[in-house]
Amino acid sequence: MASVVMVYICVVGAVGMLIGMALLLGRSIAGPTFYDRALAVNSFGTKAVLFLCLFSLIMGRQDGVDIAILYALMNFIATVAILKFFRYRALDTPLAQRPQRKKARGGRNG
Amino acid sequence: MAEVKHDAASHAAAPLPWAEIFEWTQALLSGGFILTGAFFVIAGAIGILRMPDFYTRIHAAGMTDTMGAEFILLGLIIQSGFTQMSLKLLLIAFLLFVTSPTATHAIAHAAHLSGLKPKLGPYEAPQLDDIGKGGGK
Repeated sequence: MASVVMVYICVVGAVGMLIGMALLLGRSIAGPTFYDRALAVNSFGTKAVLFLCLFSLIMGRQDGVDIAILYALMNFIATVAILKFFRYRALDTPLAQRPQRKKARGGRNG
Repeated sequence: MAEVKHDAASHAAAPLPWAEIFEWTQALLSGGFILTGAFFVIAGAIGILRMPDFYTRIHAAGMTDTMGAEFILLGLIIQSGFTQMSLKLLLIAFLLFVTSPTATHAIAHAAHLSGLKPKLGPYEAPQLDDIGKGGGK
């Protein structure tokens, strides 16, 4: 009985994740700036991870949790890579411009 | 399961069914955590859709995503007990706890560096018509 109640609660949570994903899809389609879209896609990925966890517990299989670990990692890396690409138009550049900062600091000290 | 327990137990003493009590406590605790997390996640999604500006949207996303995800994963960990699955769920909870605020900060920093200005002035609630064209600029 208790396990049946838990499965129903998990189904409610999974439907909630799907509703949240639909709302975020709306923002990522209609976002006025690029950064709105990046934010919505990142949040969408988090909700997809949670949906995978809930779904694998509903189905009683362990496979979904493994995929969710991979998706959580890929989501973060993809967000940072997309941001870097759209700022520098290439992935081959360093993230911070260190020589300029060091020069500015040295000038201030000296 | 309850009937089997009742038949097996002695009729005279009727000891408390500790296994069943533990099961129901686990169910109610994890259900409460999962429902709270789902509420926070949906509230964050509505905030991302309805807030007037990018910086307010990022506030709605960053706070509720981390908190709702931690709540839902805590509920699932309680539900799955001491198994390999709960260890994996703990790993996901740790990863999301570290990477979600970092990604939000990266997006906010990139937007700030690119010169996106926050929307200032008196507040006006967004209409459903201008969800597409509303926003920072």
